[in-house]
Amino acid sequence: MIRAVPPLTLLLLLGPVAAGLWGVIRPAFGVLPAAGFAAPSLDPFRALADWPGLGAAVRLSVGVGLLATALSLALVTLICAGWWGTRAFRLLQRLLSPLLSVPHAAAAFGLAFLIAPSGWIARALSPWATGWDRPPDALIVNDPWGLALTAGLVIKEVPFLLLMVLAALPQVRAGERLRLTQVLGYGRMTGWLKAVFPAVYAQIRLPVYVVLAYSMSVVDVAVILGPSTPPPLSVQIVRWIGEPALETRLVAAAGAVLQLALVIGALVAWRLGEVVVARLGCAWAERGGRGRHENPLRRVSLVLGAGSAGAVLAGLAVLTVWSVAGFWGFPAAWPQGVGPANWARHGPGAGSAFGQTALVAGIATALALVLVLGCLQAEARTGRRPGASAMWLLYLPLLVPQTAFLPGLQTFLLGLGADRGVASVILAHLVFVLPYVFLSLADPWRAWDSRQATIAATLGAGPGAVFWRIRLPMLLAPVLTAAAVGLAVSVGQYLPTLLIGGGRVATLTTEAVALASGGDRRAIGVYALAQSAAALLPFALALALPALVWRNRRGLHG
Amino acid sequence: MIRPLALAAALLPTLAQAQTDPADWDAVLEAARGQTVYWNAWGGSTTTNDFIAWVGARVAEDHGVILEHVKLTDTADAVTRVLSERQAGQDSGGAIDLIWINGANFAAMKQADLLFGPFAEDLPNWVHVADGPAVRTDFTVPTEGYESPWALAQVVFMYDSADMAPQPSMAAIADWAAQNPGRFTYPQPPDFLGLTFLKQALVELTPDPALLAQAPTDASYEVATAPLWDYLEDLTPNLWRQGRAYPATGPAQLQLIADQEIDLAISFSPGEASAAIANGQLPDTVRTFVLAGGTIGNASFVAIPYNASAPEGAMVVANFLLSPEAQLRAQDPAVLGYGTVLDMTKLPEDDAAGFAALDLGIATLPPEALGTPLPEPHPEWMTRIAEDWASRYGTAQ
Repeated sequence: MIRAVPPLTLLLLLGPVAAGLWGVIRPAFGVLPAAGFAAPSLDPFRALADWPGLGAAVRLSVGVGLLATALSLALVTLICAGWWGTRAFRLLQRLLSPLLSVPHAAAAFGLAFLIAPSGWIARALSPWATGWDRPPDALIVNDPWGLALTAGLVIKEVPFLLLMVLAALPQVRAGERLRLTQVLGYGRMTGWLKAVFPAVYAQIRLPVYVVLAYSMSVVDVAVILGPSTPPPLSVQIVRWIGEPALETRLVAAAGAVLQLALVIGALVAWRLGEVVVARLGCAWAERGGRGRHENPLRRVSLVLGAGSAGAVLAGLAVLTVWSVAGFWGFPAAWPQGVGPANWARHGPGAGSAFGQTALVAGIATALALVLVLGCLQAEARTGRRPGASAMWLLYLPLLVPQTAFLPGLQTFLLGLGADRGVASVILAHLVFVLPYVFLSLADPWRAWDSRQATIAATLGAGPGAVFWRIRLPMLLAPVLTAAAVGLAVSVGQYLPTLLIGGGRVATLTTEAVALASGGDRRAIGVYALAQSAAALLPFALALALPALVWRNRRGLHG
Repeated sequence: MIRPLALAAALLPTLAQAQTDPADWDAVLEAARGQTVYWNAWGGSTTTNDFIAWVGARVAEDHGVILEHVKLTDTADAVTRVLSERQAGQDSGGAIDLIWINGANFAAMKQADLLFGPFAEDLPNWVHVADGPAVRTDFTVPTEGYESPWALAQVVFMYDSADMAPQPSMAAIADWAAQNPGRFTYPQPPDFLGLTFLKQALVELTPDPALLAQAPTDASYEVATAPLWDYLEDLTPNLWRQGRAYPATGPAQLQLIADQEIDLAISFSPGEASAAIANGQLPDTVRTFVLAGGTIGNASFVAIPYNASAPEGAMVVANFLLSPEAQLRAQDPAVLGYGTVLDMTKLPEDDAAGFAALDLGIATLPPEALGTPLPEPHPEWMTRIAEDWASRYGTAQ
């Protein structure tokens, strides 16, 4: 039975992606029989080409994606090169889990409330330093170049890539590499970049691709921070899906196919860029420079890294203040009155959305855990590890843009009469939760010393007993961490909930993004905080529970 | 075990299809008890959301109807939903039971036969309604009982009296914006309030307003809208952010006024400013004005899709919305500040006294100052203006 788990997992993972892509490609070429379009044609693409905003939307999608990925990767690399092993780095590392679990939408709201011309930063400096008693008419948030959007993505992708690098470092024996460079007289950063980075990058290549695909096609962050005249392609696709005329669904499908092509093109371009950088890097390494004047760059990387983490945390702080604020005019740095009125008003709604969020996230994560544990168990029994191609399959749902296959999945489920329920939403979330749960659990699970199983077997324990009584309890900490990751991923999902739920499944994320259009900062503060709490709480439990359960087993604290 | 299940499954669709005659109100109440009504209503305004939650509590108490507010960012989403359900052959048990609707969305659904009814004039509370063109036509399209009114709206402008004086006309607003660049904006079309701003400008600037009552032809569209585009050419560079970004919706303008980013904003609810001052969203120096030539008005309606799962429950909600209790609460500026659709002379004395005693709020103009609302243009004007606006300003960067 256990052997059936890996194929079942792949089916649940890739089935929706395949069905969704099929459901998008057909209407993109004019075939949507349910709506009376039967003859294949290129009309949807022509209509897409006729949309006057197409050039700008495509430029935005590609530009923001590449820039956000390059900046995030560069920042993570410089921080690691400059500070790995120092006290400052350990402090940053401790902030990682909370930073990671803050949902994208909440971080974006927080950033918007900070950097807008009427945001907290301007308020803190006005009028005493700036002389402003009215905010300047400056286009910072929703700027047409997507810079605010890029910043919003970078502050969330930096913690993600940093986590991936931290996981890769022991595998490439980074410490030994670095010591060797230092013996040869290389500076800290130069040694890291020349000897450690190439090996680390080979390990984090897929996560970097995920960041690129995600940044190019994100919807919720783009709605909050991105431009609107025109919006990035992904946002426009979602708008087309929402329009009443059925022909625009075909245009949306054509846009989704274009989005997919753009992501594939960008991935190919990035891969070519890797080759170029590798050539240049080799030449640079061979010149043998030991690296001088590293300190300014080191300091800059620390400032940027701290700034990136600080933006998320200060964003949460300003959301908290807004959630309890009475009237709060510009340029006051603090609200005129503070009280629980906003929570009393929006609390019940946020509470029921919290319930839906917890239900969806809980079931999706539980399913993912069962499947992942089943896969890892099957792997242990058969002794066969998934190869590189299996890793690509695992990453596939994260690489295919959500806007490219979710509309098709929606049509597919509607055809089955199975959409808009909580169950469909849970299955859609599973597609995104599963890879992350697998990625965070696989390494600690495989690293378990299997001699413990041998000893147990000599004492008469069967495979089941070894799993239930020894391996699972010993790995409680990583299992709970994987569960927390899964819950955080599910809590943050916007598009799957919106499209597959048909509006009936209202989670904290869909509610918060719906509120974005109304601009009521108090309500947004309440919802975004509740959303962050829903993602953070599991991480806190994942840390606290093993310590509590194994309070008399110091070696199992994880 | 399997057989009763299969039987139930076979029966379910017929049960769902058995719709009760709206005229037989007792039967409607009977069928509605225990039903869950999914009301798809725009969810961008927290005050409206609170009001809908209150309606839900009241219909649950009185009639055992469970009301779920499906918060839309755009009412067109609901129209799409019903349309896709029909395309997929789902003619009963649909996802939507009630829609807050008017204008182009109503015209589209009525034309495509996607609506349940007629039911509106069979609702017991219809007897109190101020019968007339305001509730019998919707953007010039006859309602014919396929939607039930629940609120009246009229364009007013909210302004910060600490920063500016009322303006008498659209032209004066453009002049003021030229002298105070960056202090005015409007929601980005196709947001309905943004389109309303364009229509208000059109009504004032167009050479022959009578043309707007019929669907536009290519020729009449050209002639009628030319002054509007000239007006926007002049106005746009003086808008907030030079027109390179717009607030997403009407309520987003409130935040901009509170942040001192802008001084003037359009509203479709004469009581919105007072309500927003009351709950801390606007400074207490905000007041409202209407234009000397009058402003556009319309009614908000609720309609029931033809394939609703709970049409009886939906009718109970529609009827409750017409009750003096709900109408009085909606008009209270501390709650919503919407105009009532009821005729005070048709109400029992106690109820009418309640309306008379209502304090309309510091920023609300008295009914006589609002003047007679101007009619909405035919919905096709709005559709074409929205498309043109998008290609001129919505995608231009």
